[in-house]
Amino acid sequence: MSSPPESDGSLAATSLARTPLDQWHRSAGGQMVEFAGYEMPVRYDSIVSEHHACRKAAALFDVSHMGRLRFEGEGAERMLDHLLTRRVRDLPVGRVRYALVCNPDGGVLDDVLVSHIETPSGQRYFLLVVNASNRRKIVDWIATQVDRFPGVTVTDRTELTAMIAVQGPRAVEVGDRLLGIDVSSLRFYRTRVTEQFGKPVIVSRTGYTGEDGFELIVRAEEACRIWENLLLAGREAGFVAAGLGARDTLRMEAGMPLYGHELSESIDPLSAGLGFACDLDDHDFIGDLPLRRIRDAGPGRIRIGLLPAGKRPARDGCEVLSSGGEPIGVVTSGGPSPTLGVPIAMAMVDATKAGDPGFRIDIRGKSIDAVPTSLPFYRAPRRG
Amino acid sequence: MSRDKTQLLYAESHEWVDVEEEGGDKIATIGISGFAIEQLNDLVYMDLPEVGRKLSAGDEFGEVESVKAVSPLYSPVSGEVIAVHDDLPESLDQLNDDPYDFGWVIRVKLDDEASLGKLMDHETYEKQCGESE
Repeated sequence: MSSPPESDGSLAATSLARTPLDQWHRSAGGQMVEFAGYEMPVRYDSIVSEHHACRKAAALFDVSHMGRLRFEGEGAERMLDHLLTRRVRDLPVGRVRYALVCNPDGGVLDDVLVSHIETPSGQRYFLLVVNASNRRKIVDWIATQVDRFPGVTVTDRTELTAMIAVQGPRAVEVGDRLLGIDVSSLRFYRTRVTEQFGKPVIVSRTGYTGEDGFELIVRAEEACRIWENLLLAGREAGFVAAGLGARDTLRMEAGMPLYGHELSESIDPLSAGLGFACDLDDHDFIGDLPLRRIRDAGPGRIRIGLLPAGKRPARDGCEVLSSGGEPIGVVTSGGPSPTLGVPIAMAMVDATKAGDPGFRIDIRGKSIDAVPTSLPFYRAPRRG
Repeated sequence: MSRDKTQLLYAESHEWVDVEEEGGDKIATIGISGFAIEQLNDLVYMDLPEVGRKLSAGDEFGEVESVKAVSPLYSPVSGEVIAVHDDLPESLDQLNDDPYDFGWVIRVKLDDEASLGKLMDHETYEKQCGESE
């Protein structure tokens, strides 16, 4: 046994950041671990029970560690158009798009959500939500581009706000009751500004679990009150607080990429299966030329889903072999699927082998069979 | 029979050891502490050694895997594996509920008792766990 289990890093390490919900997590018995420079709860009770609660009712996740950057002023949409793989100049108010930030070689610096926000007073701006682990890198990257867009002001709003994800089949009905806006009338990937306790709240019909639900961005000082109200309002429906452990197993089942696993500066979006998030025609952006070349030639690697035989999970870093034993790729994420009851894995493999009917995975010296499967591993049933 | 966890020896790496005399041999029964099982949480897989394997204290003899992580199991003693709890990998829920009786993992016939001297009593082990929490 190693000690301590589950933790990615030591809590004794130098000054880690805490979210506005930190005290709540601790008082609720959250097991705190280091993640991307923050102390975050990996679980409160059990990862598996939090996972099931999200699939059956709803779960609340503190995702305040994710970076929130506000772009406003003359040329903001042109600047984002230049930085992102999706067009932003035609993003209507109230819409959200998933996009990548690429380097000039087409490698992925981050995957992000960009929203076009309008406040009740009519003020408009763009909001970029970035991965916690990439926030500094992206802020620095933006700083190298601002000279070309002198009218744009970029503000890092991360520490002034908190972000709460409410995910699960019953999330929206409770949101409707609590938020005083009709969350259910907000369509997928739409966003709206409302108020809680007289303060603005951004509500978006987005998430990272494969379930229906919404995400809130609130003032830091209101975070605890809103979090507790959501839990209370959803108590009868079966709402629970869930940690990063369940967030990871849920996104894996949903076949969603995680930066540092399926995405990195040495993986391009087309290999990662994110061609849908790249507007390669009629849109010039950093990294566009290499991505067009990759599109025309076909990517060298492809992200696939695998079902390893048996019960032993294949983890990221495990080598993927052809059925003949030739190394052809690597597992990027893997673990048990609580919903399916079997191990699941995503892997980047040689594109010429990606259509093979069977593979082997080397799990620490033991080779097991794995069959390919389409992503996502799990799709939430349509409701309503 | 129910094992009293306060009477067991513990390794820093969270295995418990129960040493008994059997026909002139010293037999160590080895398991995983309740604290460690609670910390690991949501066990999904366990890999165990074959009977007959020779272990030196500190050798990795198997692994236990939770939803999040893989943890090697280290032998706190030196000797030969004489029994393996083969039902355990299929009954990981029960391991969770009963780490000291149902949850035994392997039994080892000791070559020597030197390694026992490095193990902690329950009180010292509890203190270690308190510090790591």
